[in-house]
Amino acid sequence: MKLVEHFATGLDAPICLTWELTYACNLACLHCLSSSGRRDPRELSTEECKTVIDELQRMQVFYVNIGGGEPTVRSDFWELVDYATAHQVGVKFSTNGVRIDAAAARRLAASDYVDVQISLDGATAEVNDAVRGAGSFDMALAALQHLADAGFRDAKISVVCTRQNIGQLDLFKELADRYGATLRLTRLRPSGRGADVWDEMHPTMAQQRELYDWLVAHGEGVLTGDSFFHLSAFGSALPGLNLCGAGRVVCLIDPVGDVYACPFAIHDAFLAGNVRTAGFQEVWQRSELFAELREPQSGGACSSCQHYDACQGGCMAAKFFTGLPLDGPDPECVQGYGELALASVTSAPKPTGDHSHRGGVRGGPVPVSIGRHPESRPVSACEENPLAGLTV
Amino acid sequence: MLALHPQVSVRPEPFGALLYHFGTRRLSFLKDRRLLDVVRRLDGATSVDEALSDVPAGERAAFRSALATLEKTGMLQ
Ligand code: SF4
Ligand code: SF4
Repeated sequence: MKLVEHFATGLDAPICLTWELTYACNLACLHCLSSSGRRDPRELSTEECKTVIDELQRMQVFYVNIGGGEPTVRSDFWELVDYATAHQVGVKFSTNGVRIDAAAARRLAASDYVDVQISLDGATAEVNDAVRGAGSFDMALAALQHLADAGFRDAKISVVCTRQNIGQLDLFKELADRYGATLRLTRLRPSGRGADVWDEMHPTMAQQRELYDWLVAHGEGVLTGDSFFHLSAFGSALPGLNLCGAGRVVCLIDPVGDVYACPFAIHDAFLAGNVRTAGFQEVWQRSELFAELREPQSGGACSSCQHYDACQGGCMAAKFFTGLPLDGPDPECVQGYGELALASVTSAPKPTGDHSHRGGVRGGPVPVSIGRHPESRPVSACEENPLAGLTV
Repeated sequence: MLALHPQVSVRPEPFGALLYHFGTRRLSFLKDRRLLDVVRRLDGATSVDEALSDVPAGERAAFRSALATLEKTGMLQ
């Protein structure tokens, strides 16, 4: 049996566990996968978080990807980071940089078990700030500068690839090199607020090809978190596991302790349980949903495709939130089958829970509701689109 | 004498084991339970041969090369 086949049937503990510590965020990015903004009053307390960490230590979850929201705005953020690393749980956290000042950077540089990812969605302020809000580009760069000054080695710059920034791949690489950082590219999924902007922001077919070629040429020095395995259908498989790990090697603990199959699948259909009531281990090892996801999956309409081995029909979350059947092609199927299938979709499930700031944040990207379906959009959609006029 | 790097943690899994190096952040997979046994026996054995003593002679070369890979990637030292 190949290793990935073992993975497909599940592991005793996840490899890639994301833990979102809070829904609170100082920004209001258009494509936020968790519709973050306001704190949820039911978020796990410091003590509850420590109990989760104790459990992760017992299960030998080697590291946890901490995100949010903006995790650093929790007042106990550093306490939890220290607690995790003291209990053999390494930390990789994602931040927009808001709290990474000189002191925080020195503290991070002094720790051996913490990795930092700074999110950036444009290699220029113009492109980045249109998505992440005014001033967010400078804030991220200031954080990177603090980290470099403090001698923090190998920070990551995490980019969600979009129609607006794919033309900037070389610029991103230069930017990362300038700070001694590693570039990490991930896929835009129609999750959270990402569902509202997916039509306008997901890469075109030509851009997907451009991205694939760029990844093949630069693969070695760039991380992708296994995001782009659906692009393998363009040619040879990209490095990585090339499988949808949801509930099998991947899962999410959200700020209120709900466990979802994947950070991009915050919806009741993918809710496996809650750490408060059952404990994480119980949910991971015994939830019905995860058992189902670990069953052999049917390729459905994809099974006759010659690329199925590498592409596996793509991303479950992307299919789900665009209203496509889970056993069929990805909406961004490089063979074009996804686009065809999308043409007959009339409605798609809405993400569970919206923690967006009411009325947006000062300097935030202009919150305009852009319907997902052409027929529900105003005729002059382009003028209302916050991304209109953006040329890259 | 070869042994697990002190920063490496081993997690048994149904298919074998996962190895994680907290220093290099590298993840390795042992695809065979018996390889896990050998890795465990390195600690306390006086030689690699001793750790391999339960492995059928015909398979030792494969195990040796697996150990060499683990050494090269810093999991063993
Ligand atoms: S649902 Fe998509 S993002 Fe989540 S693990 Fe599967 S392929 Fe990856
Ligand atoms: S038809 Fe399915 S398996 Fe083939 S490339 Fe498209 S999404 Fe991938």
